[in-house]
Amino acid sequence: MPSPAAAAAAAAQGYGKPMALPAVIFIRRDASFAAALRQRFRILDLYATGQSLGAFLAAAAAASDPPRAAVVAAGGPVRVDAAFLDAVPSLRCVVSTAAGVDHIDLHECARRGVVVANSGRVYSTDVADYAVGMLIDVLRRVSAAERFVRRGLWPVQGDYPLGSKVHFFTSLGGKRVGIIGLGNIGSLIAKRLQAFGCVIYYNSTRPKDSVPYKYFPNVIGLASESDVLVVACALNKETRHIVNKDVLEALGKDGVIINVGRGANVDEAEMVRALQEGRIAGAGLDVFENEPAVPAELLSMDNVVLSPHVAVQTSESRSDLRDHTIANLEAFFSGKPLLSPVLPQYSKVNGTDR
Amino acid sequence: MPPPALEPAASGDKPLVLLAQPLFPEFAAALKGRYRFVLAADADAAEAAEARVLLVPGLKTVTAEHLDRLPALGLVAATSVGVDHVDLDACRHRGLAVTNAGEAFAADSADYGVGLVLAVMRRVAAADSYVRRGRWATDGDYPLTTKVSGKRVGIVGLGRIGSLVARRLAAFGCAVSYHSRSPKPSAPYRFVATARELAADSDVLVLSCALTEETRRMVNREVLEALGGGGVLVNVGRGGLVDEPELVRCLREGVIAGAGLDVYENEPHVPPELVDMDNVVLSDHRAVLTPESIRGALDMVAGNLDAFFAGRPLLSPVTL
Repeated sequence: MPSPAAAAAAAAQGYGKPMALPAVIFIRRDASFAAALRQRFRILDLYATGQSLGAFLAAAAAASDPPRAAVVAAGGPVRVDAAFLDAVPSLRCVVSTAAGVDHIDLHECARRGVVVANSGRVYSTDVADYAVGMLIDVLRRVSAAERFVRRGLWPVQGDYPLGSKVHFFTSLGGKRVGIIGLGNIGSLIAKRLQAFGCVIYYNSTRPKDSVPYKYFPNVIGLASESDVLVVACALNKETRHIVNKDVLEALGKDGVIINVGRGANVDEAEMVRALQEGRIAGAGLDVFENEPAVPAELLSMDNVVLSPHVAVQTSESRSDLRDHTIANLEAFFSGKPLLSPVLPQYSKVNGTDR
Repeated sequence: MPPPALEPAASGDKPLVLLAQPLFPEFAAALKGRYRFVLAADADAAEAAEARVLLVPGLKTVTAEHLDRLPALGLVAATSVGVDHVDLDACRHRGLAVTNAGEAFAADSADYGVGLVLAVMRRVAAADSYVRRGRWATDGDYPLTTKVSGKRVGIVGLGRIGSLVARRLAAFGCAVSYHSRSPKPSAPYRFVATARELAADSDVLVLSCALTEETRRMVNREVLEALGGGGVLVNVGRGGLVDEPELVRCLREGVIAGAGLDVYENEPHVPPELVDMDNVVLSDHRAVLTPESIRGALDMVAGNLDAFFAGRPLLSPVTL
């Protein structure tokens, strides 16, 4: 299939019919993203059609120029599995709009020779920044102070007891931070926290050679020596509920958990119980097992910071994502290597190292 | 925490220390048994005549008049870093020494300052409130915010706190510039001659300098306009560094994009217009307050008092 550039050149020279832009399936609730892609590709937008997934894929496959690529958002109801791939046999490339590809069956793709790309490093700094922001907030009670001031309590309650853990929790300096997953995001978190005088430890599937941080081969060991546990790994079979009851117990009553991975990386019900019972000291959570549902018990706690899955959501990374997605698609259609391929032999880590 | 070991006074009497205001319970407990504390307002004639040390355990104003009542005074010991609440001219004229908390609060202040930068630009506190009010389920995704990494940071005051803020934000890939009274040759950051120029070149302006006659209301309309519509102000210095009514106007009019404020002109009064703004993070002058830094400040106070009474060099004298 000629590249868009070649097609345009051919059209300009008047050779045959003008070549159509390559068809691309687009599954993401994001009309402006679809519009940006439309400048270069013929977009088949599931949510714009209002069809069921089955009808939509069947229609796409039956067209005279069936799509060879699909852009599919993570975290939604659509999985790119065997049934999806069977429905559109013309598909040779699937692009995730997230770093995560847990909605894509990598083995099925590999079996069929379908290449997969993710968002690469587009989001990494924003997630790292947000993780650090939440960590400071939990330890220094930034949001709790905000609520205190906005409720008009500062003049009323004045200087509260210094011993109150609600208001004065603890300093960042010297805190041991255990990072689960030292990929792009984990490394950026580590670099930032070092500047605050934190000591960095980590767990991942294997130790990283050129990294100056202490490695822990299992998460319970990491938690037992950490003051703060940061979840920055992908979600897959091995990492589901990687933070479980034993890990929370090892983290202990002065320990804090920060999650910028996926809700299912943590046994949420167990964590809520641990917070209620004071078995851990606090949490910063950007992700939940059942978004947008957030356990009601957390909503009144001053030692937790909650956010609606926003770690990636800056205007800068949104435009970077579009550029990056277009670049991956253009590479595919010109027969060049993807910018951020996800390969099945890394399926244990899903393209981001753990 | 056990107090450091101390040589007993020759006569066995505890040295008299007047207090400008009552001690926090934690301070009182830690210093108990080592000094004889009397509230300055309650001091009788003999105590006023004898007192060599005035301890200021908070930010209550200490005027020349207060000092004049204490003829034997040699030391004014503050528990804070900023000493703008003490009449330093009067201290200089009297030949008094003044001590502050030294480095005790620096790291925690810097950490909190960076926390405010992240909180304002990434809306950490506002997003938390969004979730708590149930709006994620009803109103959908929170709007896009502004990336912090790689932004241009301008720091006013590159002292202990400012230089720690610089180091932290440099780790986020931010380009750091600063303005201070004079350039610091050893600092690896770009010096800018005026606050207005610094604001013009910055996406985030962080205030971490002392409040003096020169710096009072240094952040005025001109500086805020230079900071501009995409710019954010963070203040962990003193409220008096900013023309507060002008700041409120600029936030309302969108002259700047947002602000993170730990300090105000008239604490604990917070301008009511700010309370409803989503692009402002409000804090109750807590940047310095952690159990760890309070212990550190206590050590500093006790160390300065001990040194003074023993005739040794003070730990954290303020240059007057």
